[in-house]
Amino acid sequence: MAAERKTPIKTRNPDLIRGVGKYSRSKMYHKRGLWAIKAKNGGVFPRHEPNPKPTTAVEKPPKFYPADDVKKPLLNKRKPKPTKLRASITPGTVLILLAGRFMGKRVVFLKQLSSGLLLVTGPFKINGVPLRRVNQSYVIATSTKIDISGVNLDKFDDRYFAKEVENKKKKTEGEFFEAEKEDKKKLPEDKKEDQKAVDAFLIKSIDGVPELKAYLAARFSLKSGMKPHELVF
Amino acid sequence: MPFKRYVEIGRVALVNYGKDYGKLVVIVDVVDQNRALVDAPDMVRGQMNFKRLQLTDFKIYIPRVPKKKTLIEAMEKADVKNKWENSSWGKKLIVQKKRASLNDFDRFKIMLAKIKKAGVVRQELAKLKKENAS
Repeated sequence: MAAERKTPIKTRNPDLIRGVGKYSRSKMYHKRGLWAIKAKNGGVFPRHEPNPKPTTAVEKPPKFYPADDVKKPLLNKRKPKPTKLRASITPGTVLILLAGRFMGKRVVFLKQLSSGLLLVTGPFKINGVPLRRVNQSYVIATSTKIDISGVNLDKFDDRYFAKEVENKKKKTEGEFFEAEKEDKKKLPEDKKEDQKAVDAFLIKSIDGVPELKAYLAARFSLKSGMKPHELVF
Repeated sequence: MPFKRYVEIGRVALVNYGKDYGKLVVIVDVVDQNRALVDAPDMVRGQMNFKRLQLTDFKIYIPRVPKKKTLIEAMEKADVKNKWENSSWGKKLIVQKKRASLNDFDRFKIMLAKIKKAGVVRQELAKLKKENAS
């Protein structure tokens, strides 16, 4: 728009009814003063030169035309959202694992990792569950909470749990049979130290609550008469 | 054999079914053969079918369709709440509610306590048996 107006534009041609103005085209020509503008410009309506268009680079014809018309797949810019954590799961909650090797064990929730999995620990001394990742869907959250405010969990993320990459060595025929009895992979010492550091603090909090240690050491199971849909966890 | 709990004005009843399940209400008027006008300190007075009510042993002395204030005063005077909570029926309901709201940790603690108690009882029993046998 050319100039800012201080007052809103009042039409020179009020409507008689919608679609019909009060003044005819010739009357409006006179009212708008187009005759005066023309007279000022020597009988012709003034015309300004258009702004010069920015010069674009000259496009060369391509050197190579592909033989077949291959369709390009549509661009997918979807970024999956981080897994929503259930409101009942907060740091320090006691969870019941529902599947896997530690099925039924009651375990302390530490934090949610960037992949959406939950970082969880036994503590190891109490029930044998190490620092471990667990999916939210395979877990029941109880309403028992432990204070874990003093523990530093920054070093634990998904890369900490990634598998170690072994460099494969070429084996000769004789060595193939020997290699069957490779020694079992031992847990590296620094992971054991990490476990101890996290657990030391947790065990202190747990000892503060009576019978909580025995609770975490015991497994959960459904007994006769327990109705899961009526149980309050 | 004769009936002991009658539908009368002032009879305290327990609601058995519907939105107000578990509430103690007072029969304030009888509408017809099947329905009563019923009131409680924390609800709007309304009609209820007798089939939804379970009569209790308690009765308070109120005029027919009393004002809410008179009803509350009469209930305080008769001490309905405490009498109800000390009756075996009322105590049963409280225990049921407590059991339903138990945490997983609470259930574990109760299990340990039961085992302990059973152990103590068994020890005493063994002692008594020994005394009796000798």
